[in-house]
Amino acid sequence: MIYLDYNASVPLRPCAKKAMLEAYDFEGNPSSPHFAGRKVRSLIDEARKSLVKGIHGQRLVFTSGGTEANALALSGLGEMPLVVSSVEHESVLKAHTNPCVAPVTAAGILDLVYLEKLLASFDTPGLLSLMLVNNETGVIQPLQDAVMIARKLGWKVHTDASQALGHIPLSFEELGVDMMTLSSHKCGGPTGVGALVLKEDIQLHPLIRGGGQEFGMRSGTLAAPLIVGFAAAALEVLSEREEQTNRLRELQKKVEDALPMARVYGKESPRAAHVLCLGMPGVSSELQLMSFDLKGIAISMGSACSSGKTKESHVLKGMGLSSEDVKCAIRMSMGWKTSEKDIDNFIKAWNEIFLSQQMKEAS
Amino acid sequence: MAYSAKVIDHYENPRNVGSLDAQDAAVGTGLVGAPACGDVMKLQIKVSDQGIIEDAKFKTFGCGSAIASSSLVTEWIKGKSLEEAGEIKNTTIAQHLSLPPVKIHCSMLAEDAIRAAIRDYKEKHPSA
Amino acid sequence: MVTRPIYLDYQSTTPCDPRVLKVMLPYFTEEFGNPHSRSHAYGWKAEEAVDHAREQVAAILSADPREVIFTSGATEANNLAIKGVAHFYKDQKNHIITCSTEHKCVLDSCRHLEQEGFKVTYLPVKSNGLINLEDLRKAITNQTVLVSIMAVNNEIGVIQPLAEIGKICREAGVFFHTDAAQAVGKIPLDVNAMNIDLLSLSGHKLYGPKGVGALYVRRKPRVRLQALINGGGQERGMRSGTLSTPLCVGLGEACALAQTEMRAESIRLKALSARFYKAIQDSLEEVYLNGDADQRIPGNLNISFAHVEGEGLMMGIKELALSSGSACTSASLEPSYVLRALGVEVEMAHTSLRIGFGRFTTEEDVDTAAKMIIKEVGRLRDMSPLWEMSRQGIDIKSIQWAEH
Repeated sequence: MIYLDYNASVPLRPCAKKAMLEAYDFEGNPSSPHFAGRKVRSLIDEARKSLVKGIHGQRLVFTSGGTEANALALSGLGEMPLVVSSVEHESVLKAHTNPCVAPVTAAGILDLVYLEKLLASFDTPGLLSLMLVNNETGVIQPLQDAVMIARKLGWKVHTDASQALGHIPLSFEELGVDMMTLSSHKCGGPTGVGALVLKEDIQLHPLIRGGGQEFGMRSGTLAAPLIVGFAAAALEVLSEREEQTNRLRELQKKVEDALPMARVYGKESPRAAHVLCLGMPGVSSELQLMSFDLKGIAISMGSACSSGKTKESHVLKGMGLSSEDVKCAIRMSMGWKTSEKDIDNFIKAWNEIFLSQQMKEAS
Repeated sequence: MAYSAKVIDHYENPRNVGSLDAQDAAVGTGLVGAPACGDVMKLQIKVSDQGIIEDAKFKTFGCGSAIASSSLVTEWIKGKSLEEAGEIKNTTIAQHLSLPPVKIHCSMLAEDAIRAAIRDYKEKHPSA
Repeated sequence: MVTRPIYLDYQSTTPCDPRVLKVMLPYFTEEFGNPHSRSHAYGWKAEEAVDHAREQVAAILSADPREVIFTSGATEANNLAIKGVAHFYKDQKNHIITCSTEHKCVLDSCRHLEQEGFKVTYLPVKSNGLINLEDLRKAITNQTVLVSIMAVNNEIGVIQPLAEIGKICREAGVFFHTDAAQAVGKIPLDVNAMNIDLLSLSGHKLYGPKGVGALYVRRKPRVRLQALINGGGQERGMRSGTLSTPLCVGLGEACALAQTEMRAESIRLKALSARFYKAIQDSLEEVYLNGDADQRIPGNLNISFAHVEGEGLMMGIKELALSSGSACTSASLEPSYVLRALGVEVEMAHTSLRIGFGRFTTEEDVDTAAKMIIKEVGRLRDMSPLWEMSRQGIDIKSIQWAEH
């Protein structure tokens, strides 16, 4: 089997596994003052510190994952206007009952001139949520510019950086955002944990109340093994980022060069190296997925979160693609285990599927 | 909560635990704190005719910091005059034991205990 | 004296059982698929594993697997149940009944709802820690939407009369939620026989992993709730977010193990608790058990050692990991609100320890722990002015204390 669905979930990195196994040796609730609790607490503190340092953050609240972090970020400031881009992850689009959705250009990018007018049209400043790297196309949003505009108008900014960690340079400080979502299993850490990075002066209303853990912003016993696994994976992807990006960039280019008939969505824009959104003219994505699966290659149609509902990608539709084109797009995403041979096999399979469909149509 | 080495030492090897005869004219007794607050200190001093604290004993109901604070002050006040003993400040106690902010009240209680014992002694000797 | 640390804090958290860990691990590494990926075998395998785990969780509650929602833990499950039901039905009803000894996350959720305009009744408990069913009956009005009463208290281990509460609620047409984090795997639970409509449970309280829990949500008669976390619409729209396959698998396995072993383990733990308590009582005067002596889970003892302050005592028995209150609050200096609700005097509440025995506690651990506690209580009583007074027959309450 060849796994090319890294954006759905990344296989656990060995360093994360090692850290987790060590942590599973310790019993104790990190909120308990006795030796067992303190030991677990120190593991968590260490992980938090190194993670904050690694992404140049300030404060960090651990959550159960990216979805919860997004939900907390978007509800925690209380009632205020909320603007999100049309290509956000569903957990951002649906976090609020009535967000104002800002369209993107055909290149998948938020139009900054439009953004300024949109934000200025509100009576009171609110919160802008703009993802850093899109999970379906890899397109990188001009976040720093958007932050400057938002700041000027007194708006706060949240970014979902789940797909950015390890794939593009990531500094909370440089981005200038107020809140940033990270997801562990999107960078090779365990599932079931994520984080919301916050500026020191941000205090959020909790979504989950109770013992008052995580600066009162997120109650619930912290899971030390998950947290140390997350931190170990995150630190490794940060340290390997440049080398890994160069490697995946070449593989990405190889696919694009080898498949001139494929439509590459988001190609005109700055893009992360690990993902390709490909349209196969005339061949439905369902048929492609099945054919790839038969050839032992795991890819996906887009976001994995729709719980089995096969519906059209809102990301591609948001970029102005016709329904026809949206229906023929698939996503392949790569990561730390992906080899050049995997990519060669993918290219071969793509060509075979495309050709056999052409022949069927011709006959 | 991490305790300092000095707190642990006084907790494990408390100095001058015990009681003096409260009826004795040479003895001053201070009882401060409250059970409901989780700390009670009893500090007793035996004062010589020259006004020097010859002996000091304590009993404390409370956390390790409370026990250490009272143990420490019994050591400090022995050999001191009433006036000198009365000048011991809670900050000095807290500093010496490296008490964390949530435990500062233990050192305040120890200071109160010294003063209460001195007051009791003075009440027995209105002329002194 | 043995110096190996002894873990006696099983109500705070339980270590992950090695058998559970072994079943989980492959899903962290080889079987890493996203269970929501429908397009390839990695996803299908993960989904199968999650489904199996869901069946295991359902089985220990005698529930239908479709009624189990995975969450990040009991805290989230409690928040979701209480706020979710309240918000969904807010146009029809606005009253919630709970009890004063609930876990912080239940009380805090309720307090938050009060700020939003809901009415909340906090039932008192009797001196044994159990609610009075008559109080409950009287508190229910036609505006009551939910009754939330915990199955087993986390500090004193007492078991509330679930079946009776369920019956009252069902007859009154009110939903019954129970926080069963401390109960699952320790006492038999049957959501149908007990008329439970919502039930929260936690992985790390039953030898499963931390970071996962579940909420049982009845389908017939159907309970609806408003989600806390929206997005991909996982878990029947009640809880979005990628499910962690290994954590779900771990929770499922933990439930399966607990279900198989509960009967034998209960007998063993009961014997250990009795052995410990007898050793203490044989050597020490003026020790008091908090909470009902019979209606409690076998692995929990909550004991007040008169005239010895709990935190000071903990320092003297630092080779024992146990707690002098709920783990969430023991960093503060306030005495336990649960003990206070039972009518335990503040000064007595200050002298209490929670001792939790569990799956990995041995008889030797119990003997060592009892010896250490007896020795230290003796030492501290010799040092305690209150003990001295009580020996002299002085009534401590008669003294004018200067409260600070």
